[in-house]
Amino acid sequence: MIWNEEAECMSQEDKEILQLLRLRSVAKRAYNNVPYYKKLFDEAGIKPEDIKTLKDIEKLPLTTKDDLREAYPFGMFAVPPKKIVEVHTSSGTTGKPTVSGYTKKDLEIWSEAMARGLTMFGATEDDIIQNTHGYGLFTGGFGVHYGAQKIGSTVIPISTGQTKRQIEIMRDFGTSIMIFTPSYGLYLAEVAEEEGLSGKDMNLKSIGFGAEMWTVEMRREIERRFNAPAYNIYGLTEIIGPGVALECHMQDGLHVMEDHFYPEIIDSETLETLPEGEIGELVLTTLTREGMPIIRFRTKDITTLHRSECECGRTLIKMDRITGRTDDMLKIRGVTVFPSQIEKALLKMDGLEPHYQIIATRPHHLDELEIQVEASSDLFSDEIKELVAIKKKIENYIHNETGLRVNVTLVEPKTLPRSEGKAVRVIDKRKI
Amino acid sequence: MELKIKQLSIFLENRKGRMKKALDVLEKGNVNIRALSIADTSDFGILRLIVPEPERTKELLEENSFIVKIGEVIAVRMRDEPGGLGEILGILDDNNINLEYLYAFVEEKEKVAIVLLHPENIDGGIKALIDGGEEIISAEEIYQL
Repeated sequence: MIWNEEAECMSQEDKEILQLLRLRSVAKRAYNNVPYYKKLFDEAGIKPEDIKTLKDIEKLPLTTKDDLREAYPFGMFAVPPKKIVEVHTSSGTTGKPTVSGYTKKDLEIWSEAMARGLTMFGATEDDIIQNTHGYGLFTGGFGVHYGAQKIGSTVIPISTGQTKRQIEIMRDFGTSIMIFTPSYGLYLAEVAEEEGLSGKDMNLKSIGFGAEMWTVEMRREIERRFNAPAYNIYGLTEIIGPGVALECHMQDGLHVMEDHFYPEIIDSETLETLPEGEIGELVLTTLTREGMPIIRFRTKDITTLHRSECECGRTLIKMDRITGRTDDMLKIRGVTVFPSQIEKALLKMDGLEPHYQIIATRPHHLDELEIQVEASSDLFSDEIKELVAIKKKIENYIHNETGLRVNVTLVEPKTLPRSEGKAVRVIDKRKI
Repeated sequence: MELKIKQLSIFLENRKGRMKKALDVLEKGNVNIRALSIADTSDFGILRLIVPEPERTKELLEENSFIVKIGEVIAVRMRDEPGGLGEILGILDDNNINLEYLYAFVEEKEKVAIVLLHPENIDGGIKALIDGGEEIISAEEIYQL
């Protein structure tokens, strides 16, 4: 089922015309109403009228997260504050949080995007959706909520935490769709097992997961533990929240709602726009947002765009799973490493719990990487030589995946911190 | 009569206080350890224990998030004099029984020296020792020592 056939199956020709009209309109809105953008455009010597083709978007300046931070709190709003009916902020883990403001119309756009997305992986008004994303300043909770209400499903706004209650409710209310971050999902599965609830008993139709980086192996693990297919939800606070792109049944890339959010891929060093099919940093422009139009926002997420025929029938351009962030990237002894590579290597081992932490240090002028992984009873052997062999095996998998020699430390179960939201995977102790 | 002794192996991180934490759990559970050995590398250790109620003790430790496996060892009475252990090892060598590890203790009450062996092939080990005239102590006796 497709929520909005007209929009989601539009021909390329019609779509490009629509996008160009909207791009001109948002450039004008930003220029005329946001002093920050007026300054940026003037400095680049560009006026909204200069946008004659879609490719002209490359003439427009890029917006960074720091730009948004400087505008804290409401410097990026294009409407008087009374027109803003809702605000959200980013988590602020890397600095001052950024603020996102929504008019009534913006909330409509958000609901529409999420309604399309939830429908993409099969949600209908008959579903009971348990939303474990935080309701509050975080966009995850409300975003899923609005989309779920729009399609008419029953939403359980349980928000984060209270894990034992989550499981009770799953059982008692007959939840058919679970929404969580991958790391919380795994924790939930752990506790469910302790409570005697297995994946088969849960009777879930599907899972929507997001807000965190993930690997193919982690998705498989989630699907195995919950006995249901799991689909990625992508979004970011600065653009709208969840709903920028979602996976359809094919699980082969996420469809970007490109009639509302225009995607580009740039080279993060040279800043030039890359052609379709090339990997680079995702840049997004809001085409329809009223309250806070955002022009060419550098997401720091690394992905590739593909325009192809999808079996689901939608013509919306697809983006790959995010394989890393330009800032998650670790440079160890000159080698570029992403946590996702480590995760991939770890999940190759049978009997390993996917709870790990990566610790970078520089003890004697040379970078060292320690990977702490929780042992499980499947993995544990009574013989020292076997445990040492397991440690070496993991180190070899990581070496194969990254080219780096690391030190693996097996730690006791449940000793690494669990998260209700985004898991902290990397601890960089090097003082550079 | 059960000739194989159940032994608990517990995974310990090489961090301060881990072994004490395991022992505290046992103390709270009123478990009286009969024999103990710890094997270690720079990264982690394996604590091996002989306790009177192996299954209950395993459950207790698992409730406290420890990873525990139950394995089997053979308990052999040794002559409590120089050469006592050598004699036993000699028999195993003669029968090509490969030993993974062993640990020994002396039981004062009964004035007995006991060695706990973990051969690669436990049944082969039991046979070789019995044929060699050694005395294998039963599980029931060990738990009650």
